[in-house]
Formats: sequence, structure tokens, C-alpha cells
Amino acid sequence: MDWFYIKGILILSGINLMAVLGLSLLTGFTGLFSFGHAGFMAIGAYVTAMGTVKLGLPFAAALLLGAAGAALASFFIGRITLNLKGDYFCIATLGFGEAIRLILDNVQYFGGARGWPNLPRSTNFTIVVILNIIGIIILANLINSRHGRNFKAIREEELASQTIGINVFRYKMTALMISAAYAGVAGGLLGHYLGFLQPKMFQFIKSTELTITVIFGGLGSISGSVIGALVLTSLPELLRTFAIWRLVVYGAAVVFIMISRPQGLMGGYEIPVGKIFKKLFSRFAYGKKQAVGGGKQ
Amino acid sequence: MSGFLQQLINGLSIGSVYALMAVGYSLVYSIMNFSNFAHGGVIMIGSYIGFFAMTAFKMPFATAFCTAALGTGLLAVLIERIAYSPLRKRNAPFLYFIISAMGVSIFLENIIIASPIGPTFRTYPRVFGAEPFVVAGVNIGRLDVMMFVISTLSLIILVFIIEKTRTGMGIRASAYNLRASALMGVNTDRIILIVFGLGGLLAGIAGVLFGMKYTVYPQIGNITLKSFIAAVFGGLGSLPGAVIGSILLGIIETFTSGYLSSQFRDLIAFVLLIFILVVRPRGLMGKITEEKA
Repeated sequence: MDWFYIKGILILSGINLMAVLGLSLLTGFTGLFSFGHAGFMAIGAYVTAMGTVKLGLPFAAALLLGAAGAALASFFIGRITLNLKGDYFCIATLGFGEAIRLILDNVQYFGGARGWPNLPRSTNFTIVVILNIIGIIILANLINSRHGRNFKAIREEELASQTIGINVFRYKMTALMISAAYAGVAGGLLGHYLGFLQPKMFQFIKSTELTITVIFGGLGSISGSVIGALVLTSLPELLRTFAIWRLVVYGAAVVFIMISRPQGLMGGYEIPVGKIFKKLFSRFAYGKKQAVGGGKQ
Repeated sequence: MSGFLQQLINGLSIGSVYALMAVGYSLVYSIMNFSNFAHGGVIMIGSYIGFFAMTAFKMPFATAFCTAALGTGLLAVLIERIAYSPLRKRNAPFLYFIISAMGVSIFLENIIIASPIGPTFRTYPRVFGAEPFVVAGVNIGRLDVMMFVISTLSLIILVFIIEKTRTGMGIRASAYNLRASALMGVNTDRIILIVFGLGGLLAGIAGVLFGMKYTVYPQIGNITLKSFIAAVFGGLGSLPGAVIGSILLGIIETFTSGYLSSQFRDLIAFVLLIFILVVRPRGLMGKITEEKA
């Protein structure tokens, strides 16, 4: 295995991680389950591609535009679906995800179902790593803030949070929009890594995969999501040798995790990155206060 | 005018098979309150059992049909035992059921692809003859008629079981309130198995009929997304709702592909789903599900 191949896998893991981080806020911390995040990825991917190819924007600006596009779409979707409960919200997001894909299938401006080739391949390893670190820091700070506690309160007991004065709808909307923006960035990165976009890439199964990753890592744990995304994206690659059986194993593994360890790998706990850093640094600089993102909740 | 009638009949026959699947979904939903996404996998397996029973084992259609239905009934019960019952014992939240169901569906689809059966498309042997009935200038395919008749018969038998037998009473009671019926002495564990078994039987029948109408391939289970939309359209958990929703969806789909474009067929289905969820989430005749505090 040469470095080029490993780097490819890491980039793909990083792109998935970006989407998973967003979904982690929505599912792990706010308790809303979406089966339509592939749709937001699709919007992000196509808007970013439109930015670079049709408008000639620099990659960073196009990514921002993609994130904004996905967030805007999620705003309208949230307006009409966030009042639905449990299963119905899941189904509604599923419907939206599929509808977005089917609409893109029919938009000839973006190449329709045949896809959109020859995108600039601007995504590289450094960009993915930097964006992921920024993403993790933003998310960790958000989770540990007052707003983060409100998200968790809604996850634990929606009615009680409403009673003590948390604007449940607004916080759900915020979580949905932020997670959609993450998914949008992931989509933009994906399109500009592969150099090719096709609505087929954002099928319902992609949304499922993202949700499974969040649950595999552990609901309500950022480090769990990171590990989950790295493991679940690279595992199928490492199992390439028995290619056709890997999805069989994957399906069985999902069922097995659900019935044996439903709290996932980390189950609401975090790897105490802050503490580890502190310990490392205290060897060199005694008594120095460290403010490191990504600490435990 | 004859074109209109033609589309209507096509829609009815497709819709009746959607109804078989949607009723299976709805039955499980009415008792367990979760969306059984593994249903598609069960339908696909049923389609394959029927196919191989008729081609490799040279069974007559009726025997192959029953084998497929029984096989999927058993499969559905097995899935319940392996993938859902441990979660049920633990009172896990509904999402774990859904994820588990997705795992099962990924597993079933890919085990067919990985096995010697492979991802190839297969065509059922012709059973009902090719020449259509001609009624008042309208051509009616024999298969379409048989699909409609078989589906309707199966649904009537199901309704009889649910409305007239003691087990059916247990099912209705459990759908109304699972815990209370357990307290009143209903063996809810058995009821749940029976419900999965019934859903599986219907899935097998639907699988064979769909395989005959189109072809057999590992992704045929994806068609259940449609029946799922139909179930939501009619109201999750309501059997008459599922049937009406399915028939309507079948007719809407055939008319869209007939008069607009077949590209819009799926889009219309999903737009309908979203529209229903926004305007009337409990569907045409679903029970009101206010979350209780």
C-alpha cells in the first residue's frame, strides 16, 4: 500500500467525517434523526461546483457558498418538517433527500442523471485536514456553550426544555441548519476530490450510512463520531480483498452493534483531548493554563 | 378514452401490489411503532424463492407461489427474533429498530449479490399467457388481472383474520395499546411474531407478483419505498388507509408516466409524501399520534 492510496482513503474518511460531524450535532446532541443528509450533501456539492465552474469563484468561496446553499435549503425544509415527531420527521427528511436527488436528475444545466464531469480537482489532503480541525473546534465549542446545553436538554426531554423556556423550535432549526452546512461542505469537497458529480452518489443509502456512522461512534460524542467515520470509511477499503462480501459483513455488523452495544463505541463519552494536552504540556510548562478545544463535555 | 381506461387498469394492478407491501409495513407499524425498512429485503427474497422454485425446481406456479409466501413468512419471523426482539426486551428507542432494520436490508441485498445468484436480472417464465383480454376495445393484460385478483384475495383473507378470529382480536388490541393488552393476558410476544409472519407472507406474494411483472434483481426491494409512501399517504398504522393510499399512488404514478413523463414518476411520489406530511401528517385515515409527555 503506497502513501498515495492511503492518502486517498484518508481524504474520503475526512470528507465523510465532515458530514458526520454535522449529523452528530443533529442526531447525537439534539436527538433528531435525519435520513436526508445525502440531499444536503448533494446541494452543497452542486452549488460549490456551480461556484467554481460556472461563476469562476475561488474554491474557498465556492465551499462557503455551498454550505450556505445547503443551510438555506435546510431552513425551508425545517420550517415545514421540524414540527413533526419521531418517525414522521425521519420519513419527511427521507422524502426530501430523495426529492432533491430526483430533481437534480432532471436538471440538464447540471448534467442531469448523466453527471457532471471535469470539475477542478481542488480538494487535497491539507484542505480536508484543516477544514475538519476547524469543524471539530467549532462543534466542540458550541457543544460546551450555553447553546450546547440547550441542545442536550432538548434531546433528553423536549417538553421539559420547552417548559423552562428554551425555544425548542429555534434550537432544532439551528442544529438542522448547522448540520446541513457541514454536509454541504462535505459535498463540495467530495465533488472537487472526485472531479465528477452524479445525483446517484447521493442516494438514500448514503444518508443511512452517515446515520449509521454517528450511531456506531456513539450518540452524543464528538470523538466517537471522528473514530466512527475513520473506521467505517477505511474498513471497507481494507476489506477490498473480499470485495463482494464486505457489505454483507457491514449489514450484519450494524445489526450486531444495535443488539449488543447500542450506545456505540464511545457512548456519550469523549476522549479527553484537553486533559491529555494539559498533561503533555505540564511536563514542559508548569502551571500554565491551557485552553484547548475538544475537551470533555 | 380507451387510453385513459388502460392507464387506470394498470394503476389499479400496480396499486394492488403496493397495497400488499404497504399493509405488511402498516401491520408492523401499528404494533411496534417503527418503520420496518427490512421489508424490502424480504420482498426481494420472496421474489427469488418464487423464481427458483419455478425454474430450478420446476414447480407449478401455485406451489412455487405458496413456497415463496411461506419462505418469506418464516424469514420475517426469523428477522424479528434476531434483529428486533433483543431491542424490544430492552425498550430501545425506535431509532435503534430502524437502524437494525437497515442493517438487515443491507445484509439481505448483498448476500444475494455475493452468493452464486449474483446481481444479474432474471425473467420469470410466462405463466398466464401473452394475449390480453379485450373488453370494450381496451386491452387488459392477463398478468395485470391476476395481480389484481391475487392481491385482493390475499387482502380479503387478511382482513378476515384480523376482524373475525381470536388472534385477530389480539392483534387489534395490541395495536391499540401493547402494554395494556399484555396486562389483559394477550401473549403479545406471540402476537408480534404472528404480525411479522403475516407481513412476511404478504411480502412474499408481492415479491412473486412484482418479479413476474418486471424482472428479478437484488435491488427490487427498493420498490418498497413506494409502498412506504403509500402507507404514510393512507396513514401509518391503518390497514384500510394503506390499501387506499397504495391504490391511489399506483394510479397517480401510471397517469404521471402516461401523460407527463416517466422521469417524473418517482419525483411525484416523493413530492406527494412531503405534501401529505406537511398538510396532514396522519394521512388519510391514520390514528392521531400525539406524543405523550
